[in-house]
Amino acid sequence: MSDSTATGPVLAADGTPLKKSLAQALRREKTRALLLIAPLLIFVLISFIFPIGKMLFRSVENDIVADTIPLTVVELAKWDASSGELPNEDVYAAMAADMVVAIAAKAHTRLGSRLNYEQTGLSSLFRKSGRAIKKWDLATDAPFKEKFLEIHDGWGTVEVWQTIQTHSGRKTSGYFLNAIDMQLSPDGPAAQPESKQILITLFKRTMIMSMIITISCILLAYPVAWILANLPARKANLLMILVLLPFWTSLLVRTSAWKVMLQQQGVINDILVWLGLVADADRLVMINNQTGTIIAMTHILLPFMILPMYSVMQTIPITYLRAAKSLGATNWTAFWRVYFPQSVPGIGAGSILVFILSIGYYITPEIVGGTKGVFISNRIAYHISSSLNWGLAAALGAILLALVLILYWAYDKIVGIDNVKLG
Amino acid sequence: MADSGNTGAFVEFERVQKSYDGEILVVKDLNLSMPKGEFLTMLGPSGSGKTTCLMMLAGFETATHGEIRLDGVSINNIPPHKRGIGMVFQNYALFPHMTIAENLSFPLEVRKIDKSDREAKVMRALDMVEMGAFGGRRPSQLSGGQQQRVALARALVFEPELVLMDEPLGALDKQLREKMQFEITHLAHELGITVVYVTHDQTEALTMSDRVAVFEDGRIQQLAPPDKLYEEPENSFVAQFIGENNTLEGVVNEISGERAVVQLDSGDLIDCKPINVSKVGERTQVSIRPERVEFNVDRLQEGTHRLKAEVLEFIYMGDIFRTRLRVAGRDDFVVKTRNAPDQVRLQPGQEIEIGWLPEDCRALDA
Ligand SMILES: Nc1ncnc2c1ncn2[C@@H]1O[C@H](COP(=O)(O)OP(=O)(O)O)[C@@H](O)[C@H]1O
Ligand SMILES: [Mg+2]
Repeated sequence: MSDSTATGPVLAADGTPLKKSLAQALRREKTRALLLIAPLLIFVLISFIFPIGKMLFRSVENDIVADTIPLTVVELAKWDASSGELPNEDVYAAMAADMVVAIAAKAHTRLGSRLNYEQTGLSSLFRKSGRAIKKWDLATDAPFKEKFLEIHDGWGTVEVWQTIQTHSGRKTSGYFLNAIDMQLSPDGPAAQPESKQILITLFKRTMIMSMIITISCILLAYPVAWILANLPARKANLLMILVLLPFWTSLLVRTSAWKVMLQQQGVINDILVWLGLVADADRLVMINNQTGTIIAMTHILLPFMILPMYSVMQTIPITYLRAAKSLGATNWTAFWRVYFPQSVPGIGAGSILVFILSIGYYITPEIVGGTKGVFISNRIAYHISSSLNWGLAAALGAILLALVLILYWAYDKIVGIDNVKLG
Repeated sequence: MADSGNTGAFVEFERVQKSYDGEILVVKDLNLSMPKGEFLTMLGPSGSGKTTCLMMLAGFETATHGEIRLDGVSINNIPPHKRGIGMVFQNYALFPHMTIAENLSFPLEVRKIDKSDREAKVMRALDMVEMGAFGGRRPSQLSGGQQQRVALARALVFEPELVLMDEPLGALDKQLREKMQFEITHLAHELGITVVYVTHDQTEALTMSDRVAVFEDGRIQQLAPPDKLYEEPENSFVAQFIGENNTLEGVVNEISGERAVVQLDSGDLIDCKPINVSKVGERTQVSIRPERVEFNVDRLQEGTHRLKAEVLEFIYMGDIFRTRLRVAGRDDFVVKTRNAPDQVRLQPGQEIEIGWLPEDCRALDA
């Protein structure tokens, strides 16, 4: 046996090459592992990845125009939008034909709403025209240009046709442009009118406030985590319950409690006035603005900072500090040069957690944020449930996701992701 | 070293007590005085208060009562970082986020020594422990023995006069431990530093130290050089803790100066040297080392008492033979003999007579 192994490949006991039998053994283990996680994998795929993918896809999808008025789209493509003249009779005839079909399927109002995102007034144009066009007979009523102009002036404006032409593609960058306060005009991307520019501001505000919240969490959590990690186990467990206590109360209740605390006739203002620190006439405004959002969210996200910090600090033996002091370091030097660097992974993990949770937060800013303290996610929620502009909501969501990934990447470059420890 | 005229102690514990919880004294009335340059080992079972003593000396625990002096100055109120005491911890406590060179450089940086001096000193210290090539590595990239050397170098690099070591070799395997024992003592003597060394390994204590303090239950049971400790234990705890030891119990029957006769509980009489007993009728534990027991009757002194024994087990250990006997009703009596060409190998079941020189058998406290 030793002779054969000296020359050829190493053989297992039954004569098969060792590599092959090892691969077989490993494959069996891998299959078993895969089967064990299969239920979770399928669940996550069906209930999470797939819907999110589908939702994100909506940010570029624009089938509705080409599907609802297919003939018009074809004819309109031949029209030179920059000529300043209205399209010719062919386009109007195609539109009439498309509209009759669309009206029968009640699809024209939806198209109207879609185009209304791009140009205000188109929704009512389509709705009103629908009532008239329903009575037309395609075979006998030609030519249609005159008839369209009779129903509504809108059909006689070049801008309307430009809008339809610009947004007739099956894929659009319009939602993404909207998401960054721009729009898709016939001449390509252009800035939104001043009055509609709000989203970039919101993105910036979300980022800056999330950073402030993360930093406040770090400052508040570090000493707590330190105490927890260095207390005898029994006392540490008791304190830990206090840290986790907020998790046992509904988020809504906690946020509402902050409303009670922070409002102008609230507990904190009352105490400040009673102490004479603040005059009764000018009580502090701490709610329905950014201050309120920052205070409430710092409180709510604090455990997510304390827990990773605690679990990292727990693994740092006290002997390191003692060693540093025995080597001549003052308390501060020992902390700063020896303890703190070792606790950075905990800060990193906590910060990533808190920051990511924070930029996607919705309920708390909604309740205590007023108009000045709301986040981008509140705008996403508005577009999903009120304005029903899902494409824009999806684009905003995609940008948010990209921002998180970029930050994550930057963090990896600067600090190193191996330097993140949850325990 | 500094002033040769100074004959006073370098490290002194005076009536030191320590309690963590206000109920139990972990260290009870500790008195200890060490001259400069001494290698003193604190030896004792786990929980006997050795680490606590070391921590009080280093300044990480405060004495509940009493005074600790360093070079004649009370250090009770001096914070640890101003004591200038080097320390090697049991798990080495090398800073994991720093390289080896940075670890060694740390005590010099906090002392504001300038860069070129620092680098020279770090290099010298690393070379001293034969780790010169490893300056750029991180502690996690070193083996246990290498980490140990680095920890030692770090404790020495700022040239402290006193170095404390708390079971520094506890995590190493036997061979490496013996090598390091030698190197540490060698270094200590070469540098002329004073060392307080803590261990629960008696071989380590005996081989390394100038003096050994045997701890038990927060007290020093005996403080003596290794040979004295082994050959002349002052009480039965020390006798049993240091080395292998046969214990027999009985009552003092006769006593006169350097000789006593003890009647064992089995009724047999033996000769011994009274240490902690002074009058007839006192209970005592007598202690005799296995290698001092003689069964070759010809070599025994005339007129001394002998004991009957039955051989239970013969164990061949290479350099020695270890024979277990039943003596005076106990079957844990051990005799060790050297593996010499003319040595008798006892057979189990054999009936023999044993005896010893009276001065090798010490009558201690009961
Ligand atoms: N920080 C502490 N708090 C409370 N009790 C302690 C502490 N450190 C040690 N002890 C107790 O003091 C006694 C002596 O401990 P220690 O000095 O570590 O002994 P050794 O080093 O000899 O094993 C033990 O009973 C131990 O439980
Ligand atoms: Mg100890």
